[in-house]
Amino acid sequence: MKEVRQAVLFTVVTMVLFGGAYPLVLWGVGRAVFPSQAGGSLIRRADGSIVGSALVAQAFTQPRYFQPRPSGVDYNAAASGGTNYGPSNADQLTAMSDRRGAFARINRVPDERVPAEMVTASGAGLDPDISPESAEMQIDRVATARGVAADRVRQIMRQHIAPPALGLLGRPRVNVLELNLALDQELR
Amino acid sequence: MALELIAVTVTIAFSIATSIPLGAYMFRVFSGARTIADPVLVPLERLVLRVCGVDAGAQQDWRSYAVSLLASNAVMWVATFAIVSAQHVLPINPDGIAAMEPALAFNTISSFVTNTNLQHYSGESGLSYFSQMFVIVFLQFVTAATGMAACVAAMRGLAGQRLAALGNFYVDATRAAVRILLPLSVPLAIVLMSQGTPMTFEGAARAATVEGASQTIARGVVAGEVAIKQLGSNGGGYFGPNSAHPFENPTPISNFAELWAIAVIPMAMVWTLGHFTRRRRLALVVFAVMLALYLPMVGVAIAQETGSMEGKEVRFGTASSALWAVTTTVTSNGSVNAMHDSLTPIGGLMPMIGMWLNNIFGGVGVGVINMLIFIIVAVFVAGMMIGRTPEFLGKKVEAREMKLASLAMLWHPLAILTGTAVACSVWASTGDPATALGWLKNPGPHGFSEMLYEFTSSAANNGSGFEGLGDNTPFWNVSTGLVMMLSRYIPIIAPLALAGALAAKPSAPETAGSLRADSAVFGFTVWAVIVILGLLMFMPVAVLGPIAESLAVRG
Amino acid sequence: MAERAQSVSIWSAGIVRPAMIASLTKLDPRQQIRNPVMFIVEAGSALTTAVFVQELISGTGRPAFTGQIVFWLWFTLIFANLAEAMAEGRGKAQAASLRRTKSDAMAFRIRDDQTETVPAAALRAGDMVRVEAGQVIPGDGEIIEGVASVDESAITGESAPVIRESGGDRSAVTGGTRVLSDWIVVRITTNPGETFLDRMIALVEGAERQKTPNEIALNILLAVLTLIFLLVVATLPPLAAYAGASLSIAVLISLLVCLMPTTIGALISSIGIAGMDRLVQYNVLAMSGRAVEAAGDVDTLLLDKTGTITLGNRHAAEFVPVAGVTRATLADAAQLASLADETPEGRSITVLAKEQFNIRTRTFASNEVTFVPFSASTRMSGVDLAGRRIRKGSFDAIKRLVESGGGMLSADLVASVERMARDGGTPLVVAENGRPLGVVHLKDIVKGGTRERFAHLRAMGIKTVMITGDNPLTAAAIAAEAGVDDYIAQATPEDKLKLIRDEQAAGRMVAMTGDGTNDAPALAQADVGVAMNTGTIAAKEAGNMIDLDSNPTKLIEIVAIGKQLLMTRGALTTFSIANDVAKYFAIIPAMFIVAFPQLRALNVMGLATPESAILSAVIFNAVIIIALIPLALRGVAYRPLGAAAILRRNLLVYGAGGVIVPFAGIKIIDVALVALGLA
Repeated sequence: MKEVRQAVLFTVVTMVLFGGAYPLVLWGVGRAVFPSQAGGSLIRRADGSIVGSALVAQAFTQPRYFQPRPSGVDYNAAASGGTNYGPSNADQLTAMSDRRGAFARINRVPDERVPAEMVTASGAGLDPDISPESAEMQIDRVATARGVAADRVRQIMRQHIAPPALGLLGRPRVNVLELNLALDQELR
Repeated sequence: MALELIAVTVTIAFSIATSIPLGAYMFRVFSGARTIADPVLVPLERLVLRVCGVDAGAQQDWRSYAVSLLASNAVMWVATFAIVSAQHVLPINPDGIAAMEPALAFNTISSFVTNTNLQHYSGESGLSYFSQMFVIVFLQFVTAATGMAACVAAMRGLAGQRLAALGNFYVDATRAAVRILLPLSVPLAIVLMSQGTPMTFEGAARAATVEGASQTIARGVVAGEVAIKQLGSNGGGYFGPNSAHPFENPTPISNFAELWAIAVIPMAMVWTLGHFTRRRRLALVVFAVMLALYLPMVGVAIAQETGSMEGKEVRFGTASSALWAVTTTVTSNGSVNAMHDSLTPIGGLMPMIGMWLNNIFGGVGVGVINMLIFIIVAVFVAGMMIGRTPEFLGKKVEAREMKLASLAMLWHPLAILTGTAVACSVWASTGDPATALGWLKNPGPHGFSEMLYEFTSSAANNGSGFEGLGDNTPFWNVSTGLVMMLSRYIPIIAPLALAGALAAKPSAPETAGSLRADSAVFGFTVWAVIVILGLLMFMPVAVLGPIAESLAVRG
Repeated sequence: MAERAQSVSIWSAGIVRPAMIASLTKLDPRQQIRNPVMFIVEAGSALTTAVFVQELISGTGRPAFTGQIVFWLWFTLIFANLAEAMAEGRGKAQAASLRRTKSDAMAFRIRDDQTETVPAAALRAGDMVRVEAGQVIPGDGEIIEGVASVDESAITGESAPVIRESGGDRSAVTGGTRVLSDWIVVRITTNPGETFLDRMIALVEGAERQKTPNEIALNILLAVLTLIFLLVVATLPPLAAYAGASLSIAVLISLLVCLMPTTIGALISSIGIAGMDRLVQYNVLAMSGRAVEAAGDVDTLLLDKTGTITLGNRHAAEFVPVAGVTRATLADAAQLASLADETPEGRSITVLAKEQFNIRTRTFASNEVTFVPFSASTRMSGVDLAGRRIRKGSFDAIKRLVESGGGMLSADLVASVERMARDGGTPLVVAENGRPLGVVHLKDIVKGGTRERFAHLRAMGIKTVMITGDNPLTAAAIAAEAGVDDYIAQATPEDKLKLIRDEQAAGRMVAMTGDGTNDAPALAQADVGVAMNTGTIAAKEAGNMIDLDSNPTKLIEIVAIGKQLLMTRGALTTFSIANDVAKYFAIIPAMFIVAFPQLRALNVMGLATPESAILSAVIFNAVIIIALIPLALRGVAYRPLGAAAILRRNLLVYGAGGVIVPFAGIKIIDVALVALGLA
């Protein structure tokens, strides 16, 4: 009986402590210190409406925008996920081939130069970043669609390359949403 | 690539370096010595114990220790099952999540109570904020603490001489949760928030995208959960894709912090073993054995995954994801930052090997316990080879110890192979199984790997998955639920009994003629025993799944 | 090293032929079930045989292939049985030679002061018998009257007779030994069937063999490995069904038998029997297998100084005359008294006399000299020469001689004797015509090579403690010279017992030798207590081993044999498990080649066909048992090294070797099978 009482009391007290107090304290810290990040790094328009999250990819199909990586869930940020295709899966091989062809065609690059990340879906289907190489290949198309010099687009793109953190961690990357918003802003 | 390899090396080195002082701190906590964090944390520990009515000095033998462990876990199971089944009527549910149906709830609760965190529910829409907090985060603390407590009890048994008591479960579990997991989780969660991990009670954000589409962006009380999921080798994420989701792991810095958090306590437990047994060299040898298994696997995974971006994130790169895949599976963590189902065949074999062995660092606490089983077997064989009846740390290893070690050793392949065999039988005896069952996203050997991985992950209490498996079905919910429960408690209770048996024995002083567990040659023996036994148990399934696929891909 | 008295070659026809027959009769499942590993092999063989018969009758399947598998599976069993039968056979051969000494002698039983003649088998414990010169002692017992020299070669293999006498530590006699001179009265201490000889026969025959603790634990490990492989193999058909592959029973059983630790499973009982047997070859009887295992674990050896560390016989070092006698006179008399004395002590006196006084060996015509040999009753020897009666002997013996002639021992003689005794030496008093001339100082000589031996023991982690009755000064000197780790001077039996208890309390295992009744408590307390065969009944009952040669040095060999037994077990277990790697690479690709042709890449040995691959693995698995029988019976090579060095060596030989050898072996068998057209 003592065994049961201790087990129940232990469950209750730790549940209050770790399920209740711990998240609440952190929530308080987040609100006070990192209000933007803790709220989901949302990007708002001047009118306060939400464009998206800087951390979450959204679909870009128009030629005037840099395209993010393919998504296995069509950029659904309420039901994220990967394709879970294995490397030997015929469907996957077909999908990759299709994406490679499409990217090569619209960006006018040879098939074999298409970066792997642009023909594969990311883990969550929400990868906000592409590599500078992938961005570089899209510059001519974006510039043409916008009717501006490629170098102007390149200049803006390069400003958006995030180097590896601390010069060491991760790869250089470009946040597609932020880059596209910057293009809209600066090439009005 | 060179930079990525340096980053991998730095990550591993940093985890090892920090695990050493943490191991010493953990020993001080569990042995009741003073630590610098006492002024803040000891009152909290006393509060918990006073509420529970636990006398901090009350000692338990291995049986009552095990009874307390099981009783507390049983009560937690019932309580959390009730919560997820009633989450639709409970508060803090801004997105209006419905109740969890019973078979799925059975699987989910069994999964989280056993520190597995296999998730058959869909991430963003399966649990209310209330359930995330009072079920998931709560269990992620206390089940990790349960594993650490069991490990500490086992260590006391190894270190003790003619000892009846192994400590007190509630004291050990409370100390683990309050004085180790909590003070590490809070700063980690704050670092994650600084990088962009949400911590909000507001519901999903509704965005109108640049191109004018609408996008619903799920968020929630994420940061706190991610911190403890990594530190407690839980692995269950807030969102479906786990730490591949940009909110759970927003930047390379958060990635570094999470990788560190996955490895640091399992690594530190090894040093704690050294402190308990007063043999730093033993800890060094065990650690070296683990590294000698871990590093080659990391190397193979990095080499295999280079250039394979399916299911991976640009911000991490392939090397970091390969490192993560191996680290999360050797440590029984199970969080992912890349989709394991989309790993290359051999790259995907590495996580499976990590879980088959399940003792390379291993889950917080339970990893060292699992290693103990292999050490006992190695001691037995090597002990005879030097011409003495086997002994470990001066204690004779006899029939009773072999029986208990055998039970724990046998269970793991039994669960994995039998589970997979049953699934394959169901598959083979179903007409047009691909559509009738809808289990496998991938055909052929890869589909086999998906089923194999699921039972491997359940038996290893890991929780990661080849997520192409359509696993939210009664078959998978019930079978893996049972496997997780048995695979949690058999490998904890049997070694506790083993430690109890060893604790009661006198310890003979070591001489030049006795097998020194802290010698390099013994370390090599343990390594070889692990490699050979692992190979013998799992080579056939490895051949039928990843190896057949790999050879086919290469032509 | 002790003489190997009763060694029998394992390959002699007398052993191999009955063993071959036994290997077939042992197929009886009721016998096989005692060894779970081999029982499962038998069940698998039977199942495969049934499949084979069914294939023959129905004309389906591949009976030629299945038939060969069946053949080799049964031979795996037969080879395993052969190993056991050969080990038992050697024991039986030794038992038979012992049994021959068990004569159906008649005994003179003394009852109510009457002597009656009864068969030896009719004697019961408590009976008194009189045994005269030339008679065989009818049973184990204790001399209650008389002194006799006894030929114990039947038991010990040692041809020199030994003195047995009532009272003291030399009173025990063994049934089957022969009285050579004088007569004795013996109180029988055992009933028929329980005598020492009977027990010895039962032991070497293996009739009383019980599994030792380590064997039981090893059997658990082997059982769980077997279960794991059973699990691996049993789950293969459903797993393969996913890929649409079907696996035949014969192939599955083949894989199972190859994976199961059949090598060690087949040899485990042979190793145990052979370990006991090896002790018997050293003329040591272990009362249980447990004792042999314990010998391997010994951390502390209690060694009696005399006979173990020092030569049992001592060497003359000094002539100390009494007042009024010159040293040269004493030396001359001592030399004369020792001329016919062929003992080492006697020879050492003539050597010393020559060195110090240049006294040469003299020859005498046989009529002018009478040598008096040493006798058990007088404890003196000497010479009668032209009216001179020179005697040398122990202080007590000479004292009796002198006092019987009405003489007195001088104070300086007594002082010299006491001084020598105090220093650990042995005084030998020389008297002429009943007048003491002086004392010869016989000193201990540390055995050659002792130091190295103890250094080896130290490297093995074994602590040596010298036990001596000497005073601390002498003991320290000898201990330093011999290189023992510790010593107990002026040791009493209580000291020994206390030392053993202290060592055991610290977790160490202790071995000792002893022979006296007062050693019995310590012998019983020690983990390994080796009683000297010359010792008392009480000592023999208390110990768990008996050294028939009564050679205390043998304790070191006993430890080595215990270690060798365990090492052999460990080495073959390792080898057996390591073998499985190659077998996997032979069988797994062969099993799944139809479903997954790409698995050809795993056929690293390049085996000809799937059938030949499986068959080669099965044949290798069977043949390796035969190949390892000599190793199992002989034991793995043993060197006195530290644990790490031994482990490194054995891991290399039996671990790495165990991985590599089958790759070569299976490939060779595969080539042979193809050449013979069998696959």
